[in-house]
Amino acid sequence: MARLHALLTLLAAFAPAAHAAGALPRSLRDTGLYARGDMEEIAADVLAFSPQYPLWSDGAEKSRWIRLPKGTRIDARDPDRWVFPVGTRLWKEFRLGRRLETRMLERTRAGWRFATYVWAEDGSEAVLAPADGVRGGVPVPGGGRWTIPGTGDCQACHEGQPNPVLGFGTLQLSSDRDPGALHAARGRTEVHLEDLVARGLVHGLPASLVATPPRIAGASADERAALGYLHANCGTCHNRQGPLAGIGLDLLQSVSEGAASAERVRASALAVRALRPVRGAELRVDAGDPEHSVLFRRMGVRDPLDQMPPLGTEKPDREALALVERWIHSLVVRRTP
Amino acid sequence: MISKPMLLAALSMSSLALAAPASTPSQVKRGEYLVNFGGCHDCHTPKKMGPAGPELDTDRLLSGHPEQMAVTPAPALAAPWLAATVVTMTAWSGPWGISYAANLTPDRETGLGAWTEQNFVDTMRTGRHMGRGRPILPPMPWQMVKNLTDQDLKSVFAYLRTLPTVKNRVPQPVPPASAAPVLKPSAEAK
Repeated sequence: MARLHALLTLLAAFAPAAHAAGALPRSLRDTGLYARGDMEEIAADVLAFSPQYPLWSDGAEKSRWIRLPKGTRIDARDPDRWVFPVGTRLWKEFRLGRRLETRMLERTRAGWRFATYVWAEDGSEAVLAPADGVRGGVPVPGGGRWTIPGTGDCQACHEGQPNPVLGFGTLQLSSDRDPGALHAARGRTEVHLEDLVARGLVHGLPASLVATPPRIAGASADERAALGYLHANCGTCHNRQGPLAGIGLDLLQSVSEGAASAERVRASALAVRALRPVRGAELRVDAGDPEHSVLFRRMGVRDPLDQMPPLGTEKPDREALALVERWIHSLVVRRTP
Repeated sequence: MISKPMLLAALSMSSLALAAPASTPSQVKRGEYLVNFGGCHDCHTPKKMGPAGPELDTDRLLSGHPEQMAVTPAPALAAPWLAATVVTMTAWSGPWGISYAANLTPDRETGLGAWTEQNFVDTMRTGRHMGRGRPILPPMPWQMVKNLTDQDLKSVFAYLRTLPTVKNRVPQPVPPASAAPVLKPSAEAK
């Protein structure tokens, strides 16, 4: 305990000064997430939400919230790229036996900014982490260490496509939830698309998407879930709009495209030669053959040179590997007349 | 330090290279200055042995580790030795595994031809491949290079775009032996 307090003191020393104009608060308690200073009850103007396709974070449990400035609303006229009002804040809390860190995303006049707060072991405090993060710096109950991402890590994923808010959008909040989605929160009464529209917090969303909440047009339940998983865990970088568009792997779904979206994603991966083969596997996805599919193989690796995703995880997602494996096997069945 | 004949040769070949439509001559010149001063050739240009020792192979400027050069396992080093390199100085072995200097010429398939300026800047700033992928390995000093201004990094990229294209597929880095094993597909899913 004493060592963690020493670490938190050290982190606070490296944190940007809070008194500067627009500086990030040093403590999570001052970010507006909580109703009171004890950091237990969530503030009344903060909404909890759960994306239907969460990001894998080595099995950590997560809670997520959003707060819009009073009287503002989200512009959803482009249903794939919501525009959030200046002052929007989103938080994501990570837990493994206890609260480990809470990340915050804020829309400022200059753009989005990223912060993460590291929790004390007794839950009494969470302080701003240094911009470079803390590799393996946080002890996990039962053993192991947790890595706090640096700002560059945050940007790598959140700025990998035009919309920096990854888990709060049309597909992720659709009430047509995918029952096969991995690691999704179930049974919670949290906000979804129709609520947001009805409450006036989201405006401009095409009426067709309000009437018929979007879903991924998978040919099977496994494919729907697998494409959803790839959308959330890979598509943030591997898409046709962001800095890695030149790679030509496009795993990001688009609700404005409808059913064509799933077909586009399949076409970018199926039987396409990988730019970087992995020990014998040369195609991104080789229908019927996970062992020779680079996508599957790199999902199963956790050495820094080959692993996918390349950051934010140190343990392979075995449930996802099983799902993607079933999906790749199913492709050959469909291909066979 | 590059010699005058090498510099002239480099300039001569540069005139044959791909055009960089968005760059200006002064930007390219600045990038060339930074590349020559910054030690990029130390690893990214293969060396050949001359009368006075290793010298730049000017036919392969900044084209990275030659793909046809087989690299045998590095010798085991005893402390305080940390790293070993090969005769071309384009492959390095150390606690990080084996790293190979990248092909920086504008070849689309094997060099930086498919990269955007933003990919290059992001890579130098973050130490990650294309700004988002695997870590860039030692001895690449991206921790120092990242301190260049955006303008200087863009100048470096503009100069690299003017290099003669060399088709040379550099091997992928090799992780250290202690790296995590690969998970295999299960039998049940088939």
